[in-house]
Amino acid sequence: MAKAETAGGSEQGLKRLMDVLAASPGDEIDACAEALGSLPEAAPVRGPEIGLVMVRGRIGGDGAPFNLGEAAVTRATVRLASGAVGHAYALGQDRAKARLSAVLAAMWSEGARRTDIEAQVLAPLAAARAEEVSRVKREAAATRVDFFTMVRGDD
Amino acid sequence: MYVAVKGGEAAIANAHKMLADRRRGDRSLPSITVEQIVEQLALAVDRVMAEASLYAPDLAALAVKQARGDMIEAIFLLRAYRTTLPRFGASQPVETGEMIAERRVSATYKDLPGGQVLGPTFDYTHRLLDPALAGDEAVETAPARDSEGEPLTRVADILAQEDLIERAFTGDSAEMPREPSGDLTREPMEFPMARDLRLQALARGDEGFLLALGYSTQRGYGRTHPFAGEIRIGEVEVEMDVPELGFAVSLGRIRVTECQMVNQFAGSAKLPPQFTRGYGLVFGQSERKAMAMALVDRSLRAGELGEDRVAPAQDEEFVISHADNVQATGFVEHLKLPHYVDFQAELDLVRRMRAEFEVRQSRDHDTQEAAE
Repeated sequence: MAKAETAGGSEQGLKRLMDVLAASPGDEIDACAEALGSLPEAAPVRGPEIGLVMVRGRIGGDGAPFNLGEAAVTRATVRLASGAVGHAYALGQDRAKARLSAVLAAMWSEGARRTDIEAQVLAPLAAARAEEVSRVKREAAATRVDFFTMVRGDD
Repeated sequence: MYVAVKGGEAAIANAHKMLADRRRGDRSLPSITVEQIVEQLALAVDRVMAEASLYAPDLAALAVKQARGDMIEAIFLLRAYRTTLPRFGASQPVETGEMIAERRVSATYKDLPGGQVLGPTFDYTHRLLDPALAGDEAVETAPARDSEGEPLTRVADILAQEDLIERAFTGDSAEMPREPSGDLTREPMEFPMARDLRLQALARGDEGFLLALGYSTQRGYGRTHPFAGEIRIGEVEVEMDVPELGFAVSLGRIRVTECQMVNQFAGSAKLPPQFTRGYGLVFGQSERKAMAMALVDRSLRAGELGEDRVAPAQDEEFVISHADNVQATGFVEHLKLPHYVDFQAELDLVRRMRAEFEVRQSRDHDTQEAAE
């Protein structure tokens, strides 16, 4: 039970790392990885290679799925000397980013440097992405119409 | 009969060099970069991605540059590129309800939760050419204000509270399958077509063609009494189950435009009077296309909703067969290719028919003279 929970927690962490890496530009990931110092040797298992993912939508936004169209995606898989394997999938055609992301995912799975990766890679990239989303939301909010003939709230 | 004729090689090579020269234009001007096209001609890039059915901004921008701004040529280039790539899989359906929206407007409720968010719209501009843009004046960053963080409630959900709008089928049932019924890029088209396949075809359909068809429904050719229930533009997360991991990961976000049309429906023997829906979802920022798509989607549901099919926009085979501009341009433009032998055959035929016609005429003339 405890072991399953740990595995679940690690899976969550890996997903969080992979999500943030996929959303981040390659040069930002490079800069963060540099802060980690030297990276381990990684043997390519697959890729980096560019392919397609069929993006699906829902009929009416909430109904049955339909094929909206494809997106260009780059993926990579690497193996470290320890045997740890890392995968990366991200929109776009940045092969170097996919490879580095896979190395970081493999290092995460290895476990020893998880705290470093959390502090040097995951946290700053997640903060940068959150800041971008917040900026878009605040810019959109500035274009929200305040109908001044409407009574809103109590005052 | 086909006869091989050679001799065009040098002319073709030189024509392509001339194309490259004209594409580059005046050498004293800097060459436009792909990054500039992505950033400053973003809606052209969006259109190319939508109609090529491939989300890849850098490649779409390169296609725009290579095609000298000819959109359909650029779409063709990107379509051709996609055929060279393997398919890794299919995403989970994107959740437009969780969109990071730059724009969300509703023409049916003024004060809906989340409000009317105008975003980067051309609406309310005066459509006067701006001489300042001819130069390179500094542009301020967009103003911001602290968001109230109110979620953008869907208009369909508001109407659903009174049960006055058709609902999406939910739960595990034949009406709510996990997978789409098919994929146009893998199987040839067959009619009648399921709605999911129609939406795939419309999403990649030509904006001008869908716009004209949508317009025709408004002018009375298959009226569907639409309201723009809701339009939203923004980014959605693309998640995919990765078999080697055993869980879904995000691949990043893509920009899409969604339009929910709300249409009057008097009801039928089986269905109560209620509002029905037309749906548009398009890659990138393309409100016109999403709105036209939603109008046409609703029109094409005529059969399903027991309405008379009397107008072009209600004719599924007509609409879907002619919506793809790469197919359309291929067939129209092939007419310029050598048809020398076909034409020789027709020329010969017309000459023979003409000779027969003249013989007949002179015979009739002689008969008439004899009778007189």
